[in-house]
Amino acid sequence: MTLLADPLVQRMLLVGLLVGAAAPIVGTYLVQRRMALLGDGIGHVALAGVAAGWLAGSAAGLAQRDSLAVPGAVLFAVAGAVIIERMRARGAAADVVMAILFYGGIASGVLLIGLAGGSNANLLGYLFGSISTVAWADVWITATLAIVIVGVGLGLRGALFAVTHDQEFARSTGLPVELLNMMVAVLAAATITVAMRVVGVLLVSALMILPVAIAQRVTASFSRTMYVSMAVGATLTLTGIWITLTHDLQPGALIVVLGVGVYVAVTLALASRDRLRRGSES
Amino acid sequence: MADLSVPIDVAPPVLSARNVDVSLNGTAILHAVGIDVSPGEVVALMGGNGSGKSTFVRALVGAVPLARGSVTLFGEPAGASPRSRIGYVPQRMSAGGGVAATVDEVVRSGLLGHRRLRGPRDARTRAKRALAQLGIEDLLGRDVSRLSGGQQQRVLIARALVRQPDILILDEPMAGVDLQSQVAFAHALGHLKENGVAVIIVLHELGALARHIDRSVVLDGGRVTYEGAPPNDLGIHALPGHEHEHAHEDPPSPARGGIVLEGPA
Repeated sequence: MTLLADPLVQRMLLVGLLVGAAAPIVGTYLVQRRMALLGDGIGHVALAGVAAGWLAGSAAGLAQRDSLAVPGAVLFAVAGAVIIERMRARGAAADVVMAILFYGGIASGVLLIGLAGGSNANLLGYLFGSISTVAWADVWITATLAIVIVGVGLGLRGALFAVTHDQEFARSTGLPVELLNMMVAVLAAATITVAMRVVGVLLVSALMILPVAIAQRVTASFSRTMYVSMAVGATLTLTGIWITLTHDLQPGALIVVLGVGVYVAVTLALASRDRLRRGSES
Repeated sequence: MADLSVPIDVAPPVLSARNVDVSLNGTAILHAVGIDVSPGEVVALMGGNGSGKSTFVRALVGAVPLARGSVTLFGEPAGASPRSRIGYVPQRMSAGGGVAATVDEVVRSGLLGHRRLRGPRDARTRAKRALAQLGIEDLLGRDVSRLSGGQQQRVLIARALVRQPDILILDEPMAGVDLQSQVAFAHALGHLKENGVAVIIVLHELGALARHIDRSVVLDGGRVTYEGAPPNDLGIHALPGHEHEHAHEDPPSPARGGIVLEGPA
């Protein structure tokens, strides 16, 4: 319990809780739209934003050269999300657009960080997360964005469900389909920049998708899937962070591996339950 | 306010489409299609496969853009606001989402619309009532993807009815649907008609709905080839390759007896 008195531990757990609960909200809409990989595409673009922010920071001669990295990531992620959504709405193959953003994001990130006089090692914290260096300023940014994500994601659940479930019907009702689609994409961008700190760009999508994949196995309704996945997400991040306090492990990677483990365990448990039921019926 | 040029005994059309052309991916699908529907009138839209029936109703609800022509709803150009008064039933449940959804959630999504991003407080009660109209209120909490085709179709109809629409537009609601569902819908259709709801319904055959149909419009090759009383034998008009010089531009008010709108073959 002495660990809990440490302000750094408090910050880590608070950020973990916020991100763990907020990310699956957006994840539910992405899975519903069968765009589970959107987060990866936006994440890679966010990395280019980190590097661009870094470049801008050193050009401006700021004392902390990475102080513009997160604003850069937000800007690039939102722009990337808007581009993907517009291309998708125009009927472009979403997977190809995302693939191009993947490569372009990573490659330009590496180039930009070099131009800024940094090394690829500077990018590692963003690639794999760096929650153990989280400051109070990060907590406030995370909290603000998490409140927006939760507020919009839950508050407009009916309309966002309608659009992701049956776009043609939603359009026939007069719902602003394009605006709502864009909102999901921008929420995804916000989630990614928030979650980047915890698990890193490479694993950011996992935090949105894994809890939903787990919740899907045990629920039969959209809203219950969303609530269960929020609880699963928060539990996973808190557990992962807690374990790394006493064991020298990488938190982001641990959280994701825990999630995959839970998914496999739940799937196996359900399969054997079904087999038992079938066995008792025959 | 009153327009004296309009005869008093003719109700203004709920929906009026004029000279509608639609192209999809560069292929012309509809050519100058027009239709008028009055309150309480049930119009069957018929024709063979590929005749353009589905494209036409999708154009009416704004799911596909018009290349030419106009759609007027309740006297206004079709847009988000008047569309809030449409109840649309697409051909089948969207294969849609990767996440499960209950019947309740799907039907409630029908309560949203232009400037209505959140459902009303009594959404659940209203969803139940709409389901009861089709005899499936007991399905409320079920996962829609696990229902039979006929049950899913009734859920989609309930999603449109929960809007208490002034016009109901249905795209082949009877295709591959069990008799029980057909009878349930025929029953609901009778009630809607009594309440003055206009209905456009895409059908392959009149079947269980025959007695409720006031007028039928037949499309062939994207043109209107027949408009009038529901014909007994549609075979000749629905045949592919049955070409027509022009479709008519200004359909008369519903008249029994039937007008065959064909140029010389």
